Amino acid sequence: MAIWLNKDSKVIVQGMTGATGMKHTKLMLGDGTNVVGGVNPRKAGQKVDFDGTEVPVFGTVKEAIEATGANVSVIFVPEKFTKDAVVEAIDAEIPLAVVITEGIAVHDTASFWAYAGKKGNKTRIIGPNCPGIITPGQSNVGIIPGDITKPGRIGLVSKSGTLTYQMMYELRDIGFSTAVGIGGDPIIGTTHIDALAAFQDDPDTDLIVMIGEIGGDAEERAAAFIKENVTKPVVGYVAGFTAPEGKTMGHAGAIVSGSSGTAQAKKEALEAAGVKVGKTPTETAKLAREILSA
Amino acid sequence: MDLFEYQARDLFAKHDVPVLAGEVIDTPEAAREITERLGGKSVVKAQVKVGGRGKAGGVKLAASADEAVARATDILGMDIKGHTVHKVMIAETAPEILEEYYVSFLLDRANRTFLSIASVEGGMEIEEVAATRPEAVAKIAIDAIDGVDEAKAREIVEAAKFPAEVADKVVNVLIKLWDTFIKSDALLVEVNPLAKVASGDVIALDGKVSLDENAEFRHPEYEELHDKDAANPLEAAAKAKGLNYVKLEGEVGIIGNGAGLVMSTLDVVAYAGENHGGVKPANFLDIGGGASAQVMANGLEIILGDPDVKSVFVNVFGGITACDEVANGIVQALKLLEDRGENVSKPLVVRLDGNNAELGRQILTDANHPLVQRVDTMDGAADKAAELAHAAK
Repeated sequence: MAIWLNKDSKVIVQGMTGATGMKHTKLMLGDGTNVVGGVNPRKAGQKVDFDGTEVPVFGTVKEAIEATGANVSVIFVPEKFTKDAVVEAIDAEIPLAVVITEGIAVHDTASFWAYAGKKGNKTRIIGPNCPGIITPGQSNVGIIPGDITKPGRIGLVSKSGTLTYQMMYELRDIGFSTAVGIGGDPIIGTTHIDALAAFQDDPDTDLIVMIGEIGGDAEERAAAFIKENVTKPVVGYVAGFTAPEGKTMGHAGAIVSGSSGTAQAKKEALEAAGVKVGKTPTETAKLAREILSA
Repeated sequence: MDLFEYQARDLFAKHDVPVLAGEVIDTPEAAREITERLGGKSVVKAQVKVGGRGKAGGVKLAASADEAVARATDILGMDIKGHTVHKVMIAETAPEILEEYYVSFLLDRANRTFLSIASVEGGMEIEEVAATRPEAVAKIAIDAIDGVDEAKAREIVEAAKFPAEVADKVVNVLIKLWDTFIKSDALLVEVNPLAKVASGDVIALDGKVSLDENAEFRHPEYEELHDKDAANPLEAAAKAKGLNYVKLEGEVGIIGNGAGLVMSTLDVVAYAGENHGGVKPANFLDIGGGASAQVMANGLEIILGDPDVKSVFVNVFGGITACDEVANGIVQALKLLEDRGENVSKPLVVRLDGNNAELGRQILTDANHPLVQRVDTMDGAADKAAELAHAAK
């Protein structure tokens, strides 16, 4: 089962022929992902060879879907062109678009998010500025290293890429159903709440690990959602307790403004919803381990 | 990126939001000529990116050119809540103010769209009005594609209950302000107060603007808006090298890969510091996923050049980039710095985990660099780095 991505997912890569797209398409294929095509209007009709696997390049997302039956697009195009690429994916009504590109202007994200809404939200958007989504042993879409964990029964949702990897690695002996990196930008498509709801309904997930960081109030809203809707155990971690007010910490969305967006407030909200929150990533992994072995 | 008031004023003027004349200066004598041009009187306003400057004595009326020079002399160099005043704006004095309003457009993260906030009770912090008299604050969601046209502006004006006699004028200001917001890729444009003056006009007397640095690729004009005076020299040097660095107040230098992991590293070091004399992280530095030798060397150079740093914690999780490459990067980076004649004398604690961790650790062991210690868990390495910083303090 897992969520949103499985062995039957057919994946196209927007921006496959760029340096980043080439590198990660090769890695995704190596992890067993069914990459069925790339999109680049200037290279339509060509084929790209990845260690013996020939991947065709299409002129548009629509053509790629018609030719291959693709149902997932992963977007590696540069930030200047990302908005147009996402709009194209939405117009083609692809069910899942995973936006890896970082450094996108927030007005562009607001614009493609509004556009998705106007088109009836037929496309689930993950990201931007995210590492992607992996269902270990089945499919890997994005830049998450495929070999640091194994299939298992933990669901993971995180704003941060490297903390996702850290947690997958710490709990590699137990393994993961699906891990989703939702990204650290001020506006993102898929939220903690979307992933929590999906994991709650996924029979292959027994426990959910949720990683947040300073900025905004997504964790507080996730806490309220957990209290009302999630019966599976949730373990949490929040990064940025020592971040100074008013400074952006790497991720565009990671900023404490006045007294809002602090790690402390997020931790307290999660704990009030019954979530066990670890002080460090290692302690968080330990809490998950304890619950699963109880 | 937050702008100074004078930069916000200039941006508003460019987009036809009504503002008063004003010019920024950094030497007191320059106030004379501007004040004379403004008719012999002016307001001298400290340019600092913090609220409450009026109460702190940073805004003064000058009834003559001589007085403007004197007030500018007082205010330049003044400290307002930890911000040194490097510039003052010499502004036209406001006509008689009858009423003060508030209008803004901003990013609404929670609802993933834009928002307009408006109130007829301006002049003070809007958070304060919202807390004490929430019914006086109107919040209207703005669709990111449809934007603000005359009908939308009128909806805002009606929701905030602006008096009928200023409605058309406020509608006009809102349309121009939206134009400023969209065309500048702003995260916030705020006018407070928007004043109704004796002539019946409405004028933006003070404003705040925050711009999205991710949009700089289509705004070459952002370059000259950066506040060069305020940038910490280490932050400026890091920026020049393309590094994502924030200077903090502690003693343990931090290098890591990935924003979330680095934020987490700061926290873990601060916890460890509680057992080691209260040492804290000295900086945030994310060298990104790649963690090449060159980037590692650039990062180490910045960290080792920080006199506050007593020990360094390199915390890397090998994902796509395997740990053996990272370990080679660290060894090469140290050699690069030593060859360059840099003073490499602070202890480094290195934690490598993830892909090819064993290989990476072996490379560090074999290199046997006298300053480098390997600790293989994040919590353990943070503790060691804090201990070393405390010992060297």
